[in-house]
Amino acid sequence: MTRKLLAVAGLVLALTGAALGQHAAPVTVGDITVSDGFSRATLPNAPVGGGYFTITNAGTTDDVLLSATSPAAKQVQLHEMRMENDVMRMRQLEDGIAVPAGASVSLAPGGLHLMLMGLNAPLVEGETVPVTLTFEKAGTLQTTLQIGGIAAAAHAHH
Amino acid sequence: MNIKMLRMGLWSLVLIFVLIGGAAFFLVRMPGANAGALGAGDYQLTDARTGATVNQASFTGAPSLVFFGFTHCPEVCPTSLAEMTSWFEELGPQAENLNAYFITVDPERDTAEVLGDYVGTVTDDVTPVTGSRAEIDKAIAAWKVYAEKIPLDNGDYTMDHTASVFLIGADGQFQSTISYGEQRQYAMDKLRRLVAG
Repeated sequence: MTRKLLAVAGLVLALTGAALGQHAAPVTVGDITVSDGFSRATLPNAPVGGGYFTITNAGTTDDVLLSATSPAAKQVQLHEMRMENDVMRMRQLEDGIAVPAGASVSLAPGGLHLMLMGLNAPLVEGETVPVTLTFEKAGTLQTTLQIGGIAAAAHAHH
Repeated sequence: MNIKMLRMGLWSLVLIFVLIGGAAFFLVRMPGANAGALGAGDYQLTDARTGATVNQASFTGAPSLVFFGFTHCPEVCPTSLAEMTSWFEELGPQAENLNAYFITVDPERDTAEVLGDYVGTVTDDVTPVTGSRAEIDKAIAAWKVYAEKIPLDNGDYTMDHTASVFLIGADGQFQSTISYGEQRQYAMDKLRRLVAG
């Protein structure tokens, strides 16, 4: 019962926007800055989680997010989710995520995201997940994802 | 020759038309209005918490919400589960007779224990449902749901799947759907119509 109350409380917090403004501090390497990293608490037995953040390329050359790793998961893949006629489709992005010069790319619920696969433990609201991102040109940077509620920021859009 | 034979011939034609018409009527109507209806089929699934059977009959007698998902699903499934829970909260006493089902499209990984825990942590209002691959496939066909395994490069796989919530009336008839991410006010309007019967 307590577990349920906690889960519901977490949900309510998420719905009331607790996830807003609780993102991790921006991290920069070369021309690339990663900001607003967050994830969502996972349910028991859910071995996967999502990772979301914004990548800004302040330089004059295009860059590509090639890969990601995290000590929290056995593997991290770059994925794109999209809805097509009420069907949720998810695809692995083998070529990475392009970040054009002077542009920002958002990894967000409903679209591009990191897929943390084989979680070593459930993601718990209020904690953080460290991730290492490797860019083709800028190199490697480390950032953290702030873990929000199960449906964190899902309602910020509507 | 003659009028008598002509008359018999004409009456025979009438008889044939009546027979054809009657047969056609029964062919269309006899299998029942439910045949081919959403959710109609002979699948036998299992309530992951109690072990009780979940089949076509489970979706009659009270209004139901039906969602197909799986636990290895980072976003849509937990979000939909959280949304369904919040609908029950907002409906309050109006949701007293409302049933809700989370049916896995991935029974190989979503055993009763795995799925029961997953759903049960969030809510008691949603019944976790699993079954054998064959029975789940029958249910997927009966509900006209799309579900397909998509291989990932680590040997793992994900599932593309229909992410709408089906709203089924107490008569077992499909009423409407709530799409993933649908505006809350529209969702609540549909739900209130559903529980009002």
